[in-house]
Amino acid sequence: MDTKDLGFDTINLGHGSGGLMTRDLLDKIIFKTFNNPFINQKHDGSIVKFDGEIAISTDSFVISPIFFKGGNIGEIAVNGTVNDVAMCGAIPKYLSLAFIVEEGLKIDEFIEIVNSIKSAADKSGVQIITGDTKVVERGKGDKIFINTTGLGEVHPKANISTENIKVGDKIIVSGFIAQHGMAIMSQREGLEFESTIVSDTTNVNFLVNDLLDAFGDKIHLFRDPTRGGLASVLSEIASDINKGVIISENDIPLEKQVAAACEILGLDPLYVANEGVFITIVEAEIADAVIEFMQNDEKGINSACVGQVTNEHPSKVVMTSSIGGKRIVSPLIGEQLPRIC
Amino acid sequence: MKYLSEYRNLEATKSYLKLIENTITEPWKIMEVCGGQTHGLVKNGILDLLPNKVQMIHGPGCPVCVTPLNLIDKAIELLENDVIVCSFGDMIRVPGSKKSLLETKANGGDLRILYSPLEAVKIAKENPDKEVVFFAVGFETTAPANALSVLHAQKEGVKNYSILVSHVLVPPAMEAILDDKFSNIDAFLGAGHVCAIMGYKEYHPLSEKYKIPIVITGFEPLDLVQGIYMAVNQLEKGIYRVENQYARVVKEEGNKAAIDVIQKVFEIGNREWRGIGEIPNSGYKLTKEFKDFDAEIKFGISNIRVPENSDCIAGEILKGIKKPHQCSQFGKTCTPSNPLGAPMVSSEGACAAYYHFSDNLITTS
Repeated sequence: MDTKDLGFDTINLGHGSGGLMTRDLLDKIIFKTFNNPFINQKHDGSIVKFDGEIAISTDSFVISPIFFKGGNIGEIAVNGTVNDVAMCGAIPKYLSLAFIVEEGLKIDEFIEIVNSIKSAADKSGVQIITGDTKVVERGKGDKIFINTTGLGEVHPKANISTENIKVGDKIIVSGFIAQHGMAIMSQREGLEFESTIVSDTTNVNFLVNDLLDAFGDKIHLFRDPTRGGLASVLSEIASDINKGVIISENDIPLEKQVAAACEILGLDPLYVANEGVFITIVEAEIADAVIEFMQNDEKGINSACVGQVTNEHPSKVVMTSSIGGKRIVSPLIGEQLPRIC
Repeated sequence: MKYLSEYRNLEATKSYLKLIENTITEPWKIMEVCGGQTHGLVKNGILDLLPNKVQMIHGPGCPVCVTPLNLIDKAIELLENDVIVCSFGDMIRVPGSKKSLLETKANGGDLRILYSPLEAVKIAKENPDKEVVFFAVGFETTAPANALSVLHAQKEGVKNYSILVSHVLVPPAMEAILDDKFSNIDAFLGAGHVCAIMGYKEYHPLSEKYKIPIVITGFEPLDLVQGIYMAVNQLEKGIYRVENQYARVVKEEGNKAAIDVIQKVFEIGNREWRGIGEIPNSGYKLTKEFKDFDAEIKFGISNIRVPENSDCIAGEILKGIKKPHQCSQFGKTCTPSNPLGAPMVSSEGACAAYYHFSDNLITTS
């Protein structure tokens, strides 16, 4: 799309007025990009048909910077919700898309984000079927916030619930942890340091679907450790099931450069945000087969078993350190803060 | 990263643990001075791997923990009066007498979390119509960078930059602990990072005077167990001297360039320590030449004084007289999300380290 044809190069309050300028923005960018039978009706909403159970998940994306190594806020807004629906054991089909734009956002940036949304949606096989655009005054937002809600059909063989988790179940992580958080961190203002860490934002719905096809209800849980990282998600699970979780530091997939960046900034990778990584808790007997299956998929190539569910220390996560000591892994409290020295 | 994998090696760590076990015949109390070491001990589960005869006492070396309440109130006062306050991350959640810097930020204060004070000078240059203050907290480790920021600002004629100084020194704190009649420490693990800057010449007289072994120690699991072994070895032999476990980083004479920068900008003065009180000659203040960069003078806030929270036993924790879980408030009214005192907030604080990483269930199972 050539921005010269648009007749405007920044988004202003008028684009959120609901009047002609809004229509202009929608016609020239949104409808043109997403172009599908649902959104083309230009209605207030869309009507869709499902046969069985549906899974719904919603998420708001407020990320700074909006462009980062490995992606932008648009891709995250799609992948994040697609993955959340997949974590319910469902096949994501439709997404809603709502923008809150701060006036002054360059139209080039907006188009780049919209194009990334379109491409991420195509890659994960979902359609954008309804949406909303609001514009707020400068200083009342942070360039752009995006909310997406996803709808998906529950996989016929899925039985995903913390209630199914048993003592002895294995905990598998699908890839390197802490990549996304450190990619963002390395580009934040005042923190720029030389690194080639790239966000791992991606959709994992097809891998999840394949796993359910292959292993069905022997898979007890999917969860994506986004904010709060692996530690917070495992703590939540341990507390929900009132059983213990034991993990081993040496088994956690962690890329060297990310580990080094965490050391430099004084952050614990267990608490750093992930995108494109999920954990699954499965029956012990299928654990090896699941890992082999996942490692044959591009999205799970670095997957590994990191621990298991135990009768000991109920509601707590304990980690065996690389030197054989043990420590409690507690949930993240507030934001993880860099240390003085 | 090579050093990281080597110094987290299971076999090497085990062999030192074995050496400690084979050497030790009597119970010893060893204080790790630095909060980073406390963190390393607890995070790696080392406390449970040590023989029972070794009791680790957690020292005062957490810069956030020893920063007195009134300094936090001073920073908040600035933040509430249109000053851009820049700080290291761990300071911002520490409660002042009424609120923390983070809460003040939520009410509209312009607070910036930085990794380097030089960033603050840059912010000052970019905002010539605003005053910018860096909250210069820390031990000898952060002093050179803070001093350098002042030299930079002076050289570049940045007049709207100043620092709120709360620099404290390790050796006087160790001496204050040894002089306290309630604390009975048999040996110290000296603070590796501090000695990387200052060297360890000044520890010889301390070791002599109090007849106590001091082992300058690093932060990785292998560093810690090796440092503990070296201390136990001296104690068992009945000798006392300064030894350097962290020789890959620390030289006896320290880092000359860093010391020069410190001495150019700072001079030694009395300092108040949270929970401990004033210790003579235990901190840095800006010299007369640099008084224009002293935020306390510039904004007339020296008179802000507030009493410490009487429910918090931070002083006893920092002197190693009590352990975090021996505090009646620990994990009850005092948690990381609602801390009574700084040792529960900072990741280097003994209370937070115990709260996050340790639990009675591990020691009993």
